[in-house]
Amino acid sequence: MTVATLRYRTLGRRRAFGALGTALALFCAILAAGSLLAILGYVVVQGVGAINWNFLTQLPHPIGVPGGGVGNGIVGTFVVIGLAMAMAVPIGLLTGIYLALFGRGPIPEALRFLSDVLSGVPSIAIGLFAYAVLVAPLKHFSGFSASFAFMMLMLPLLVRTSEQAIRSVPQTVREGALALGMSNFRATVGIVLPTARPAIITALLLAIARVTGETAPLLFTAFGTQFWEFNPNRPMAVLALQVFNYAISPYSEWQSQAWAGAFLLVTAVFALSLGARLMLRRAMRGLDS
Amino acid sequence: MTQGTEPQFRRVARFVSPADRGFAAVVYGGSILFALLIVGLFVELVLGSWPSIAHFGGSFIFQSAWDPVASKFGALPMIYGTVVTSFIAILLAGFVGIMAAVFLADFAPSWLAAPLSFLIELLAAVPSVVYGLWGLFVLAPFVRTAIGPALQKVLGWTPLFSGPIYGVGLLTAGIILALMIVPTVAAISRDVIAAIPRDLREASMALGSTKWETATRVVLPSARVGIFGACVLALGRALGETIAVTMVIGNRPEISASLFAPSYTLASVIANEFTEATTSLYISALIELGLILFIVSVIVNALARLMIWSVRGST
Repeated sequence: MTVATLRYRTLGRRRAFGALGTALALFCAILAAGSLLAILGYVVVQGVGAINWNFLTQLPHPIGVPGGGVGNGIVGTFVVIGLAMAMAVPIGLLTGIYLALFGRGPIPEALRFLSDVLSGVPSIAIGLFAYAVLVAPLKHFSGFSASFAFMMLMLPLLVRTSEQAIRSVPQTVREGALALGMSNFRATVGIVLPTARPAIITALLLAIARVTGETAPLLFTAFGTQFWEFNPNRPMAVLALQVFNYAISPYSEWQSQAWAGAFLLVTAVFALSLGARLMLRRAMRGLDS
Repeated sequence: MTQGTEPQFRRVARFVSPADRGFAAVVYGGSILFALLIVGLFVELVLGSWPSIAHFGGSFIFQSAWDPVASKFGALPMIYGTVVTSFIAILLAGFVGIMAAVFLADFAPSWLAAPLSFLIELLAAVPSVVYGLWGLFVLAPFVRTAIGPALQKVLGWTPLFSGPIYGVGLLTAGIILALMIVPTVAAISRDVIAAIPRDLREASMALGSTKWETATRVVLPSARVGIFGACVLALGRALGETIAVTMVIGNRPEISASLFAPSYTLASVIANEFTEATTSLYISALIELGLILFIVSVIVNALARLMIWSVRGST
């Protein structure tokens, strides 16, 4: 029996085995993507019916009183995330500029490592940090402490992406600006940053998406309230926290509100992710041209 | 992003003008603040858990009693719950994620690869609390009525699958975690696999391998370090995941052999009990659980980054 015939005799079996394996791989890919559709489908079916104007604008009602909404939680979400952005964007951008401009040597490397480490720290541990710094000393929960925790969650993404965005601006652009007599400051702020802007906005959108559904640190920072609250120095309702509290409650009317809240969260997060994707495409095109 | 086209960055000019000096100072200031925040995170966790560390010492990790009323605190049940749920998660998500990555990188036609990748990446964006909600109202009943009894029928003779099935418990938490980390495994593995040089594939095919043999015996072994890194990174996410697990694990500080039994994880006990903790020792013990979680996740993430970097290149 020659080698050729031996090969030929096993080839059919090997091909069949390959087809089987490919089918298994396809099945796994569909399983992963399909579970998203299963979750989303359920959230939409359960949630969309309970969404109406009152749900978006009213305060939560006590149990037994039908209706009610998550208006204060939506307001709180905007306030908490807005404040978090106001802190995270400058720190993240400055660190990103530092890493991009002075990016060699042990100190920048250490900073990059710290940033990567921070991105893997569980959000609950960051919540404990916010509690220790801003809740325990002041002896009251506050929306601001939640913003602080969210800032910590947003920073790693902002730092690393703004560094990459600034680095990916061609060196010639910067050199051109410097050759025209611009100072480094003006070259960076006036020329390099605007060129890198789409990529940085992409990162910002992703960072916002990351914290929009974040719940764990809120438990002992924002804490939640039943009332309208616009002052970030006081406990605040946040949508994700309301969804959590309603979900683990024993009342079916609250549970259906949890589904409606989840629908809002998912919609917001997906809109942000899609926005980031479109922005990224623009960023890539901007760099190519 | 744009690999390969990245310019070699160097210090272009010294910062001499007053505006430049001010600019440099602000940039340095921001970076120092960033570093201080991270160092502060660690320092505050250590300070907060100090009363508990001083009171219990090393025995904290090995004690299995968690009795706030008697002020007895041991982390072992939570460590057990965390390890078991994460292990289930990485077992399931590792297999499915790597297989999905192989399909997306080497087999899928592009009209299928793009939408499937997109869906899997969106899965990563779904908020934790939504997974928890779905887990509590859809998956947990399904485990109680379908998955659990089926497993028990076949494997009920092992202690792992014996005992009453509550629906909430280690197995349900593990499955939810698996769903949450599958995108991490799949997306990074796909990138790593796609980065394996074409020549290797062509050489293998030229020697007569089938496409499947090329993918599993040539490409996967070359990509194994990066894929392993992806799994470790996903494991790090699973270890620290809080809200979804809290909603489906049953919240009972006990160690039981059965995967159907309710349990607790490091993160979920903090989420559940922190605002209700009355004594300062109680609070401190909870913060020490957070410190353990922090240290473990730092180690796991550092390992993962090193492995992924070593194949995909830094930054």
